[in-house]
Amino acid sequence: MTNSSPNLTHTLRLNRLHHRFDGRPVIKGISLELGAGEVLCLVGPSGCGKTTLLRLLAGLERVQQGEITLDGQLMASEAYHQPPEERDIGLVFQDFALFPHMTLLDNVAFGLARLPKAERKPLALSMLERVGLADRAESYPHQLSGGQQQRVALARALAPRPRLLLLDEPFSNLDVRLRQRMRLDTLQLLKVSGIASILVTHDPDDAMFMADQIALLRDGELVQLGTPEQLYHQPKCPFAAEFFGDINRLHAEVKQGKVETAFGCIPAPELEEGSRALVLIRPEAIRLTENTGAPARVVESRSLGARALVNLTLESGEPLEAQLASDKLPAVGDEVKLQLDWRGVFVFKNA
Amino acid sequence: MTTDRLPLIPTGSRFGYRLFGDLRSGWWFGSLAVMLLVLLPVLGLLGYASQGSGDLWSHLRTYVLPQALKDTLLLLLGVGAMVITIGTGSAWLVTAHSFPGRRFLSWALLLPLAVPTYIVAFAYLDLLHPVGPIQTWLRDILGYTSPREFRLPDIRSMGGCILLLGLVLYPYVYLPARALFMMQASGLLEASRTLGASPARTFFRIALPLARPAIAVGASLALMEAINDIGAAEFLGVRTLTVSIYSTWINRGSLAGAAQIALFMLVLVVSLIALERWARRHQRFAASARQTRILAPRPIQSAKGWLLVLLAWLPVLLGFVLPTSYLLVEAIKRLEFAGVEAVILRETFNTLSLAAVATLVTSFLAFVLAYSLRLAHNSRGALLMVRTASLGYAIPGTVLAIGLLAPLGWLDTGLADLSQQLLGASSGLLISGTSFALIYAYCARFLAIGSGGLEAGLSKIPLSLDDAARSLGAGANRRAGLIHLPLSRAPLAAAMLLIFVDCMKELPATLLLRPLNFETLATHLYAEAARGTYESGAIAALLIVLAGLVPILLLNRYGSRQVSA
Repeated sequence: MTNSSPNLTHTLRLNRLHHRFDGRPVIKGISLELGAGEVLCLVGPSGCGKTTLLRLLAGLERVQQGEITLDGQLMASEAYHQPPEERDIGLVFQDFALFPHMTLLDNVAFGLARLPKAERKPLALSMLERVGLADRAESYPHQLSGGQQQRVALARALAPRPRLLLLDEPFSNLDVRLRQRMRLDTLQLLKVSGIASILVTHDPDDAMFMADQIALLRDGELVQLGTPEQLYHQPKCPFAAEFFGDINRLHAEVKQGKVETAFGCIPAPELEEGSRALVLIRPEAIRLTENTGAPARVVESRSLGARALVNLTLESGEPLEAQLASDKLPAVGDEVKLQLDWRGVFVFKNA
Repeated sequence: MTTDRLPLIPTGSRFGYRLFGDLRSGWWFGSLAVMLLVLLPVLGLLGYASQGSGDLWSHLRTYVLPQALKDTLLLLLGVGAMVITIGTGSAWLVTAHSFPGRRFLSWALLLPLAVPTYIVAFAYLDLLHPVGPIQTWLRDILGYTSPREFRLPDIRSMGGCILLLGLVLYPYVYLPARALFMMQASGLLEASRTLGASPARTFFRIALPLARPAIAVGASLALMEAINDIGAAEFLGVRTLTVSIYSTWINRGSLAGAAQIALFMLVLVVSLIALERWARRHQRFAASARQTRILAPRPIQSAKGWLLVLLAWLPVLLGFVLPTSYLLVEAIKRLEFAGVEAVILRETFNTLSLAAVATLVTSFLAFVLAYSLRLAHNSRGALLMVRTASLGYAIPGTVLAIGLLAPLGWLDTGLADLSQQLLGASSGLLISGTSFALIYAYCARFLAIGSGGLEAGLSKIPLSLDDAARSLGAGANRRAGLIHLPLSRAPLAAAMLLIFVDCMKELPATLLLRPLNFETLATHLYAEAARGTYESGAIAALLIVLAGLVPILLLNRYGSRQVSA
């Protein structure tokens, strides 16, 4: 097995993967690529196939159709299956899966069996140091907090310098505050070690924060692949737009290649004349203006600290939710004028 | 670390993968071999029985089989009725009612489990002898002077045999029934009470139907023990199938004839298992009533209730206290008279070393089975292998022994021929002349205790630990040694203890398969009872009972654990 230096370019390639459980398709023709040192987030609602994809990559499930290559080497296909223990792929589990009967040091040293005995413990110790737990080396997993266990799991997976690191919902067992901190720490560790990583999560915030690339999955299909910015600002479908944040839905008719809304006409050349269109507006794309704009009435207004949530009704009676800066909070019953930041407005065919 | 690539191993095909999951070759062949080892005696039996026994068969068919079948069925019916009545009744009494000494009684009711059937028969044969202590004492009270004037009905009868077997086998029903009443059914039982049902109505309408699957499991285990028994039936003059097999082989020297009877017994056992499965078919509704709260007992108030409490002490007294005290008294007498005899020491050593070796081998094979099942993610094929291998517990010792004699005999001659050709000297009887066959039989019979216990233990280890270890480069063997063995130490130790004690107690297979002039405590006792002598037999019996007490003491400490065999 090659134990190559981190600056060498690894590429993981998934080629038209299909997978079924008891005849039910769970992965339907997914192709993906991942460059060296990149962090890819697999996101999607539960049951979308993201965990199955991760298990296929790790070798815990066998590939039924399609193939997976790493650095040009075939790792798994219909006819070939490299067992997980030979793949050099690190795994971090949702439940951390630390060996309960081993000290932290032994846990981290577990994957270093290929090294000479004398080198294992020092290396494991230096890994623990990197996650700030060197002083707990002789403790057992049950003596640690959730965040500490997560760090040990990460150190253990990174210690053998895997060619690829897979993280399965690594933050879902942590409380909100700890989560934010662990995201940052984990991202730094991944970037410093330069190991390409795939992170599975159902939480869009995890993905937005961590990912170089996001792969959005639904029902076993790749809905959209792109940078966090692309997924947020150029969603390819209503599902993608809605997945990464609350959104307002307006309906309108397509006339002469445009849709008419209270905010004015939006060009929609690719939509069929006379069909119904779906207009999605991000709450933070709505602005209050003094003079010109769509008239609306404030129904409810609530501060969330730095930001405020304002519920509005358009003249047509359609409800809208806006996210505004707290300092310009309108009062309930106020008549206001609205304008849109067009980067947060998306028009789709009404499904 | 394993380096075998998939195309070389049985899981290479899609079909194989579906059946056996990711089971790696070594472990797959291992568990296949274990399954074949258990099946070998059954195949040997079929092979031998099909050869026919010539004229003997017509004799067996006319004079031996009908009697043996009748006696066996009668015995099973009687013992079945007894264990269900005593087991269920006492379990209900100690779980649904409170009275002084309830906790102690609840534990003491397990004690007869430590007394093997042949030992209880051995003890009562002397205790109830017309000039023995009990009858003499009764005559003294009643004013008779000679056994000719007054004697109890002879214990050497079908009735006596049913009574004695029932007295030591009822804990097999008591234990699961108690667990069910106490834990699973508490909510439903309390609901019944709040709906105004009398205690009797609650018992018959709610508790009993709920407990039926548990009772069926327990009763079938008890009946397997009854079928398996050789000592008690023979001492008490009941000619069961087991006794007939033994005497056909020992007295007539006809292995084929013995094999033919053994086949009948196998059919009987299979129908017993089928009956158990049938009675358990609605187990799911009982499982859905699972509760973790313990049933709150109600105090006993009526005189009738107190009578029942006294009655519930009876099986403890008759099944454990009386025979064990008798053995204790006789053992002390013998020790005062002859000191610690060399023969007892040698037999104790034989028994312990045999049991120790068998326990090690059995638990190793059990680990292979249980771990393979885990490697295969409980796939259908692996599950089938493990379940088949576990069927050995149901094969009576005599059947197992007869089934083993033929294949091992062939193996022996084969080995002797081979060594004659290769080395120019015969190796002698490597297998029949040593304890090999005996250890084989113990393994086949007690494998289920080990694999069942280990399976339960392994299932508590999260699967993510396996996956984590795999992703860190640990192959199946390394995972077994570093993760699964250390994490299943407690269930492994418990299983080993149960196997060890069962090996110590085992009589029928030991009688048939031991090497010449090799005696264990159990065979010593059998020989003395058969000769009608009472020398150091009581010491041997006492030692076996004491060994049997160890798991019960631990059982009590860990609460109500299911008996596994």
